[in-house]
Amino acid sequence: MSYRFDFGAVLDRAPELLWASLGTLGLALAGMLLALVIGILGVVARTSKSEIARTPVIVFVEVVRNTPFLVQIFFIYFALPLMGIRLNPTVTAIMALGINGGAYAIEIIRGGVESVSRGQIEAGFALGLHKADVFRLIVLKPALRAIYPSLTSQFIMLTLTTSVCTSIAAYELTSAAQRIESDTFRSFEVYFMVTAIYLVISTMMMGLFALISRHYFNYPTR
Amino acid sequence: MLNSAKDHPPLISLEDVQKWYGAFHALKSISLSVRKGEKIVLCGPSGSGKSTLIRCINALETIEEGTIVVEGQVLDGSTKSIDAIRREVGMVFQSFNLFPHMTVLQNCTLAPMRVRGASRTDAERLARKYLERVRILDQAEKYPAQLSGGQQQRVAIARALCMEPKVMLFDEPTSALDPEMVKEVLDTMIGLARDGMTMICVTHEMGFARQVADRVIFMASGEIIEEAEPEVFFKSPKHERTKTFLGEILAHH
Ligand SMILES: Nc1ncnc2c1ncn2[C@@H]1O[C@H](COP(=O)(O)OP(=O)(O)OP(=O)(O)O)[C@@H](O)[C@H]1O
Ligand SMILES: [Mg+2]
Repeated sequence: MSYRFDFGAVLDRAPELLWASLGTLGLALAGMLLALVIGILGVVARTSKSEIARTPVIVFVEVVRNTPFLVQIFFIYFALPLMGIRLNPTVTAIMALGINGGAYAIEIIRGGVESVSRGQIEAGFALGLHKADVFRLIVLKPALRAIYPSLTSQFIMLTLTTSVCTSIAAYELTSAAQRIESDTFRSFEVYFMVTAIYLVISTMMMGLFALISRHYFNYPTR
Repeated sequence: MLNSAKDHPPLISLEDVQKWYGAFHALKSISLSVRKGEKIVLCGPSGSGKSTLIRCINALETIEEGTIVVEGQVLDGSTKSIDAIRREVGMVFQSFNLFPHMTVLQNCTLAPMRVRGASRTDAERLARKYLERVRILDQAEKYPAQLSGGQQQRVAIARALCMEPKVMLFDEPTSALDPEMVKEVLDTMIGLARDGMTMICVTHEMGFARQVADRVIFMASGEIIEEAEPEVFFKSPKHERTKTFLGEILAHH
């Protein structure tokens, strides 16, 4: 092995890596937020009595979960413009991440909602609350708590999936890495750094999730 | 009590109510009327339809035939009639069903604020009043999981009372409790009865029935088999099924 490590060239580009990391973080957070909204609204429709509300959600979930993310993002970026919908790479990336994560979130959150006992819902109705209030105020929080570990590991997946957004040249870490690599030819050093940065980002996310959980799920369960 | 209330229209009336679960006939031609202030104890073997009956009164179950009227409001399945009736009817469940993510106080203020539009201040004042009444005000800031079963059930009673209902329905409120906690809940219910609350209680606590019931109703296989004042009901039941049932219950207690 005659390869000589030299991090100098890569460290010169540190600011670029840092900014790109923030890009990754931004895409991940926005994608998660969208996924959460899609997940919750999707579950409302998915668990409704009306077949007209349920069927599209079932189809959506199956389509998204059985096609590659790369194809989904290409579809939004290259195919939608032909139908007059033109989105910039950042918006495309957030949409793709949110839609993809949302489909998984629907299935995860649905499990949580189903874990809430029928008695909770009936107690809400007996008190005169309407369906929307029963879901929002009584069911949602215990449901999210029940599936929080699965939901957050899905969100870590989503965070790492931001690297696929390099394929449409979104502003994020993996694109920056490719750029720096082709300028410096320092493949090992670049990807070593980037691997470390992804680890840091994931760890920070897990810390954030733990913090949210401590504040939002601050009630004891026997 | 019975006589003075006689000329008032009934607070609850069920006429010829029929309920099916698919092909299973769960309530067979149930007719029942409950006057203001009356306390009814409903008993019968498992699966006889006691829960189904009281759950029909606040529209947790739908009925196929017959009419249910509460405080002059006909339950016709419309949202308006269901809302109106649930406003007048409080319910206490066997499994308490307190909301685990809300404190005792929040459990009690939720419905007054969301359903009746009460301000937080008013809702909390009301909640404290009823928590005081079930003797659990000191636990107001705790979460349900931090309370014993008996305490949870008393909170559930307070929570229902916060909507200031005209009628309280109880579905086996003490059967999920450890024996040593049964009394505190029954005492709370006896207190409510003394204060003149109209009550329908599904329970096998025959001591409670003797002490507070104006009428004891015995159900079996979806039908009302027999009803009488407690004295008569326990001393000289008419039907064979009632006798058998009482024999079993009293042997247990
Ligand atoms: N959702 C349902 N679907 C089908 N059958 C049901 C349903 N709920 C109750 N039943 C049936 O209706 C009958 C009456 O049930 P219900 O719960 O009213 O009985 P109960 O008198 O309250 O009994 P227990 O003392 O066990 O609580 C039972 O045979 C039960 O199996
Ligand atoms: Mg029952």
